[in-house]
Amino acid sequence: MLRQEILGELQEAAARGWLMEPQAKRLLRIAGLEVAQFLWTEDINEAIGFAREIGYPVVVKVVSPDIIHKSDVNGVVAGVSDDAMLNDVFRKMTRIRGFQGIIVEEYIHGIELIIGMKVDQQFGPIIMLGMGGTAVELYKDVALRMAPLRQEDVESMLYSLKSYPLLYGYRGSDRINIKALTHMVLTFSGLVMECSERVESIDLNPVICNATRCVIADARILLARK
Amino acid sequence: MNLKRLFQPQSMAVIGVSLTNELHPANVVYNKNHLRYRLPVYAINTRGGTIHGETVYPSIKDIPTQIDLAVIATKAEAVPHVMEECIDAQVGGAVVISGGFSETGMHGLQERLVAIAQEAHFPFIGPNCLGIFAPSYFDTFFIPSERMVVPDKGRVALVSQSGGILIDHMGKCAFEGVGVSMAVSIGNKALINELDMLRYFLEDPGTDVITFYVEGFAEKEGRAFVLSASSCEKPVIVLKSGKTSAGVNAVKSHTAAIAGDYDVFSSIMAQYGIVEAKDEYEMVAFAEALSCYKRTISGNIGIITVSGGHGAIATDICLSHGLQVPVFNEEAQQEIRHSLSPTVQNIASCSNPIDLTGSSTDDDIVAAARVLSRYETIDCIIMLLLPYIPGITMDLGARLSLLYHQNRKPIIAYVPHVEKYDMLIESFTLNNLPVAHSVEDAVHMAEAMKRYKRC
Repeated sequence: MLRQEILGELQEAAARGWLMEPQAKRLLRIAGLEVAQFLWTEDINEAIGFAREIGYPVVVKVVSPDIIHKSDVNGVVAGVSDDAMLNDVFRKMTRIRGFQGIIVEEYIHGIELIIGMKVDQQFGPIIMLGMGGTAVELYKDVALRMAPLRQEDVESMLYSLKSYPLLYGYRGSDRINIKALTHMVLTFSGLVMECSERVESIDLNPVICNATRCVIADARILLARK
Repeated sequence: MNLKRLFQPQSMAVIGVSLTNELHPANVVYNKNHLRYRLPVYAINTRGGTIHGETVYPSIKDIPTQIDLAVIATKAEAVPHVMEECIDAQVGGAVVISGGFSETGMHGLQERLVAIAQEAHFPFIGPNCLGIFAPSYFDTFFIPSERMVVPDKGRVALVSQSGGILIDHMGKCAFEGVGVSMAVSIGNKALINELDMLRYFLEDPGTDVITFYVEGFAEKEGRAFVLSASSCEKPVIVLKSGKTSAGVNAVKSHTAAIAGDYDVFSSIMAQYGIVEAKDEYEMVAFAEALSCYKRTISGNIGIITVSGGHGAIATDICLSHGLQVPVFNEEAQQEIRHSLSPTVQNIASCSNPIDLTGSSTDDDIVAAARVLSRYETIDCIIMLLLPYIPGITMDLGARLSLLYHQNRKPIIAYVPHVEKYDMLIESFTLNNLPVAHSVEDAVHMAEAMKRYKRC
């Protein structure tokens, strides 16, 4: 059964065909997934207030219905370290096509993963898990499975990655919180089954994992074409 | 839809037999069944007459007995009417050989055919297919018998979208000594598709292993197929073509860009324990291994060889296929050594691979295999047997088969497939032990057991 609040988020974005980052994140939160702390605002004073509250450095991202890949238009700036820099970044972003404010978000240190889904014509909803970030399409270190997933599917997906040792603490680095990651993937699998009739694909990229937690730092949801 | 009368007919009619052209597909089908099989077969042509002294009936309703299987080989536009006549005559099902439907853009004609059949719950295969080959029972392939390489009757079912590929696979099965329960070409799969065939063969007591050549599943049918295949007791092997097409909407979504159709296909097959074969050689090797051993192994291989070089090559191939060749500890090596004859004891290498050398005999080979059969750390034995070594005799297959039945540890043999060694090869195949034609093939057979997951 599709939850009413999730349906509402999907319907609101129906005309555009995809959910902008803050909308996507709202939906993911409703589904019980951990999303990085963020504020969506067009007011620089509000942005500065929030950045001070969560503490610098922060990540700043543009919100625009015209921009699907934000990095391609310099719409993502990490490591914004003080009020002056935030002010400067804000000013530049207002010039990006379709500007509808910025996201100010906590900066989280960790390994970048991708959790994705698409509706495959032959098999229906499938889930992808692997190494994320902007170079995801270069390395293609990912595992694919048909949804819904069981816990052992998630384990076998992680095990099949070339980067598997990185997740479990490689040469002195911390082991990431595998339990939190597994929980996130299984919760995501539930969401995927819930909305697979209305959604074409979802990218949670990056999902940042460290020793304590796994958090969705960016998300994109494309709606099914009628 | 009940497929029993279609696949296990007691009578057959061939519709569209030519009175003048002996090479017409319908004539080929009629002749081969009439002359070579015991199933009663009747010829139909609207003009009536005789063929080889037998009556040609103008219509299915003129045949004095109940017909189970109708083979329809008329022109495409006549097929809907012919099918309606079959339904009226309470025929059990049809194979539509005729082409000229969706494959040539005639979607409307094909849809009409499906609508007629669905309304009457009338099962049919095709159109645009070869249909069914049931060894020493009946055969709807419009290929003269003398042009076909026919496998023996056995327990592997072959299903293929393409008729040509199916014929190829049958030839390879024949060459490798893999027996076939039934071979079915489903062509345009307008009504009966892979999923129906899977469900039929899962229930078929004559079939142990089911293989598919798939070009692609129709919308959402892939999901139903893997769910059915994974809930069964029989190994399912799939060979897929069209591995290179790109995903949709790849620009906007990373997931769609990376998860191409074939990657998704391959991953899901593995997820559900369906054995994906990369090519036809793997497919036949997998079928042979899994029809002998329906079980999963973790992939620890013990290798017994009579030539060091072959052992080294087999080890390399095992490792490159994700199998392990664990080295035996000192105690195990001593035990293996002590089991051997005095001559061989001093020259054999008893780690893994075990190299018994060219001086070994059947007794040494069986002794080493007996020791390995008891080791928990090894879950499959690959034996590299070169019959130019004088100590190897034709009894080896039977002796190793006995050993297998005592310990239930899978044994895979490699014997070079040349005519000269046929008796040795048969000593394995006739005792239901798989025998590979190359070292690589032997490794494929072990790999099949690793990939197969019982539910």
